[in-house]
Amino acid sequence: MKRFAGFVIKEFLHIFRDYRTMVILFGIPVAQILIFGFVITNEIRDVDLAVLDMSRDEETRGITERVEASGYFTIQKRLESPGEIEAVLRSGTARAVIVFGQRFAERLPGEDKAQIQIVADASDPNTATLVTNYLNAIFTSYEMELVKPSPVPHLIETQERMVYNPNMEGVYMFVPGTMAMILMLICAMMTSITIAREKETGTMETLLVSPLRPFQIIAGKITPYIVLSFINAITILLLSYFVFGLPVHGSLVLLLAQCLLYTVMALSLGILISTVSNNQVTAMMISMFTLMIPTILLSGFIYPVENMPPLLQWLSYIMPPRYFIEIIKNIMIKGTGILFVWQQTLVIAAMTVVFVGASVLNFKVRLE
Amino acid sequence: MEDVAVKAEGISKAYNGHRVLENISFQIEKGEVFGFIGPDGAGKTTLFRILSSLILPEKGEAFVYGLNVVDKYRDVRNITGYVAERFSLYRDLTVEENIRFFATVFGTTLSENYDLIKDVYRNLEPFKNRRAGRLSGGMKQKLALCRALIHRPQILLLDESTTGVDAVSRREFWEMLHKLKAGGMTIALTTSYMDEAAKCDRVALLYNGRIMKTGSPDGIADSFGLDLIQVRSQRLYAVKKELEKLPSAPSVSLFGDSVHVISGEKGLSLEDIEGFLKKRGFEDTQVERSRPGIEDCFLALSRGYKKKGTDGEGY
Repeated sequence: MKRFAGFVIKEFLHIFRDYRTMVILFGIPVAQILIFGFVITNEIRDVDLAVLDMSRDEETRGITERVEASGYFTIQKRLESPGEIEAVLRSGTARAVIVFGQRFAERLPGEDKAQIQIVADASDPNTATLVTNYLNAIFTSYEMELVKPSPVPHLIETQERMVYNPNMEGVYMFVPGTMAMILMLICAMMTSITIAREKETGTMETLLVSPLRPFQIIAGKITPYIVLSFINAITILLLSYFVFGLPVHGSLVLLLAQCLLYTVMALSLGILISTVSNNQVTAMMISMFTLMIPTILLSGFIYPVENMPPLLQWLSYIMPPRYFIEIIKNIMIKGTGILFVWQQTLVIAAMTVVFVGASVLNFKVRLE
Repeated sequence: MEDVAVKAEGISKAYNGHRVLENISFQIEKGEVFGFIGPDGAGKTTLFRILSSLILPEKGEAFVYGLNVVDKYRDVRNITGYVAERFSLYRDLTVEENIRFFATVFGTTLSENYDLIKDVYRNLEPFKNRRAGRLSGGMKQKLALCRALIHRPQILLLDESTTGVDAVSRREFWEMLHKLKAGGMTIALTTSYMDEAAKCDRVALLYNGRIMKTGSPDGIADSFGLDLIQVRSQRLYAVKKELEKLPSAPSVSLFGDSVHVISGEKGLSLEDIEGFLKKRGFEDTQVERSRPGIEDCFLALSRGYKKKGTDGEGY
């Protein structure tokens, strides 16, 4: 026990002595959560539009005003002829053009339908989709008001209600994802680097000739990082609560316990990586390529798992962050308890056992 | 057998098909200072890593205090103080933190074994709050020695411990080793400094992964039966250049204030050399026979020197 304590103290000394480690440990998580928070967003605001109104009547003016009043769009230009459409899109003056057909108001009540066309710049498909959806919604609501007084009501009326995230805020999506990514990266990368550094500087040789057992070395390496990563997890939660207003609906204790479990899993993965890499650069490369990119792409953090080709979907099953993100979303946003996430918890726990076991077995008691 | 500290039998080791050690056998007695001498790449470090259980021999067996370094590696590590060639302590920790850390790791404390390391540690104490990475080479070596002694090992394995260390520190280091020897500790070391070889009780000459000779430093020098001629001159370097052209002198080397010539199979007389030099305009030379030291043997050996009648084992 005394040996273990001595080892942990030594690890803390390493961490506190090296300001770069400190920056990576505490600066990067804060920076990342803020960057992701402000950059990744599905909302649109003040998108530039152009309008080609071939009717210039009461109705088209009404719709145009409605679009402007929504706050999502700014009308930059009013076009005179269809020939100008291409030019405004090409120059980037407008991201989309609303085209009102001729005799709009006249055609509205009759069989001969009034026509609106949206021409969107799809070189950025995400924005184009969002813009057309938002515009459609505005047109539909305008139409609803028009037909209300008429004796023939619409037969189907869709009512949307977004549960758990009523305002469709992006923060609900990125906080769990960022947390999964940051904890994974920090934990796995830092531990793999710190062990690889011992190999690189030759101190591992000295540790090996000491009576320390592999398990003691591994536990001594992991413990300080558990503490620090846990502090990180709390920092992320505090930031997302105070800066982005993300609430925690479920049990805070359960949430923190899950963070702890995930942290230990990531750390043991880092140890496993270090057992196969002989220097810091290799350790970092392996961590980056096997952890960071899959975490971002395959965990459902940014792209929904359901939309992936089957092979990648299968691959995402072995991505620990996938389960962690599900757990976090359940606890934080839906407010559910352990009964709803026990399967995912079990998967992460099992992964931890496998990684720790493999690291201890793979840990070389000699230099080769 | 009770007096044997280290016993190696037929150790061989290869890396990527390249032979590093070839059928190495030797015995080190308890309480002995035993030196392995050899040029870089002779296999010294590999041999010491095998003895300290850090790597596995391919063939052969080694025992430290009767413990097999492969099967009983844990016990071997407990009684061995190994100092690697490379400084392998934590550079970002202070002297004191390093010592305390390794003391805890070995399940002991600094005060418990202070009597053993006090001679070395006294030198380090003024710098105890300095980070190990900022110590001078000599101080680093002393710190590494302290670390290796912290658990009262029965045998010290020192790999190139004095390389890159100034002369004063080296002398202090050796005084320390002789004190430890007096306390009954066995010390095995590798060195490429020939003057250190002379301070060992016994040495083994290691060349290209083979042990060429084992014995007391003087004994080895004598057993070679080298025919050494020493040449002094004001223009040593020019003399050396000329002597290298002599067909019957396979080994010519510059030593501090003289040139050592070792004659080959045909033999060289003093007159041969004097005449040879005079013809080339060197008038001030003094030529005389001299008793070869271990360094001469070593240099001759590494230049592929062969002489009939010497012990031909291994080459």
